[in-house]
Amino acid sequence: MREVSSQVIVDTVARLCMEANYYLGDDVIKAFEQGLQKEESPTGKDILNQLLKNAQIAKNENIPICQDCGFAVVFLDLGTDACVKGNIIEAVNEGVRKGYTEGYLRKSIVSDPIRGKNTGDNTPAIIHTTFIPGDKIKITVAPKGGGSENMSEVRMGKPADGIEGVKTFVIDRVLRSSANPCPPIVVGVGIGGTFEYVAFLAKKALLRNVGERHPDPFYADVEKELLQSINNLGIGPMGLGGRITALDVFIETHPRHIASFPVAVNINCHVARHKSAVI
Amino acid sequence: MTDAIRIKAPLTDDDVLKLKIGDSVLITGKIYTARDAAHKRLFELAQKGEKLPIELKGNVIYYAGPAPTKPGYIIGPAGPTTSGRCDPYTPTLLAHGLKGMIGKGVRSKEVRDAMQKYKAVYFTATGGAAALISKNIKAVKIVAYEDLGPEAIRELEVDNFPVIVANDAFGGDLYQEGIKKYKR
Repeated sequence: MREVSSQVIVDTVARLCMEANYYLGDDVIKAFEQGLQKEESPTGKDILNQLLKNAQIAKNENIPICQDCGFAVVFLDLGTDACVKGNIIEAVNEGVRKGYTEGYLRKSIVSDPIRGKNTGDNTPAIIHTTFIPGDKIKITVAPKGGGSENMSEVRMGKPADGIEGVKTFVIDRVLRSSANPCPPIVVGVGIGGTFEYVAFLAKKALLRNVGERHPDPFYADVEKELLQSINNLGIGPMGLGGRITALDVFIETHPRHIASFPVAVNINCHVARHKSAVI
Repeated sequence: MTDAIRIKAPLTDDDVLKLKIGDSVLITGKIYTARDAAHKRLFELAQKGEKLPIELKGNVIYYAGPAPTKPGYIIGPAGPTTSGRCDPYTPTLLAHGLKGMIGKGVRSKEVRDAMQKYKAVYFTATGGAAALISKNIKAVKIVAYEDLGPEAIRELEVDNFPVIVANDAFGGDLYQEGIKKYKR
C-alpha cells in the first residue's frame, strides 16, 4: 500500500483549478484555428479570432479565460493500492478553496439552492470517485460554467428510439440551446445506465480532447455524423449565424436495463476546460 | 471590425434608432453591470415606486459578474453572462428608461416587444472572451448591492467596448436572421 499525504492532494487540486482556468487546452486552440478556415460568416470569424486572442491573454497574464470560473468538478481515479492519509474529500475542497482564492478565480457557489448565500470560496466541489488498479491517483479538475450547464438535459426514452432517437434528441437539444451556451460548443452525450448515471456519462464525455474519437467505430461514426449535423444548423459562433456551432461531440455508453433508454446531453461552452495530474 | 459605429453611453433615442442588427459597435462612456440577482432587487423597488440606486434613463446595463481583480489590474476578466435570466425583469426596467443592454444569448418575445415600444437596443459581447473584454474597461466602482459579491452593481467606464447589435428597436433579431442565413 502506497501512502499519499493529503497535502499533496490539496496542492495538486489548487494548481489544477488555476491551470484549467488560465490555460485553454491546445486541442481547443487548434479547433478554433481550424474553425477559422471553415467559418463562412465574417462575424463568426471575428469571434473566433477574439477567442484566440483571449486565450493568449489569459495564458500570458495568468488570469481566467472566462469570468465564470465554473463549478469545480473533480474526478478522482483512486488506485486501490494507494492510501491517502487524512480525509481526501476535505483535501479536495481545501484545494478548491486555495486555488480559487489564491488564483483570483470567481466564486460562484451558493450554499443552499433556495435559501443560500455565496460560500465565498467556490466550495464544495462536485467529486466523482472511481477505483482503478495500481497505486496511483489521477485527479482531473474540469471547471464547469453555468451558462452551458443550463442547456443540458436528461431524457428517459424508449428502447425503440435506438440510435436515430439519440441523434434527434441531441440535435434538438443543441437547436433549442441556440446562442445561450456560448457556441462553438462541445457536446457530451451519455447513453445507457440509469437516470443519474447517464448524466455522469455525458459529463465524463466532456473530458476527452477535441478530435479524440470513441474507440468503438460505431460510436465514432455517430460522433462524426452528429458534429456534421450540428454544424449544419447555422447557429454559429455566439449564435449569430455561421458554420462553426460545435467543436466536437463525444459519446460515452453503459449497459442499460431492458426497459430503459436513458440519454443525456451535457453541453460545454468553448472554454472546454479540464486539467489532470497523476500522483 | 473595421466599419464599427462609435457611440457614447448613456444613449439617446437617436443613438438607438440609428442601430440595426448586425452592426458592430464600439461603446465609450459609463455603463452599469447587473445580473439577475441585482435585477430582482431593481424590479421590486420599481414595482413599489421607490427610488432605484442607479439612474436607468438613457443608461446601458451590462449583464456581467467579473472575476476578482488581481493586484495591479483595474478589474478581473468580465465577459457577458446569459441575458435570458434577466428577461422577467427587463420590460419594467425598459419602461423606466433603460436604453441599452449588453449580454449574450437570446431574449424573450416580451423583452423584444418592450424594446420596440420603449426604443431600446440589445447588444451582444463575445461570451467567454472575458480576459480580452476586460482590457476595454478603464475604471470600476461598486455603486449598489455590494453584498451580492460578483453580482453587485458596478459602474464601469468603458473605452471602445466591442459589441454587436443582436436586437434592434425595430424588431430585428440577429439570432433568427443568422440561423436563416447559414442553415443547410
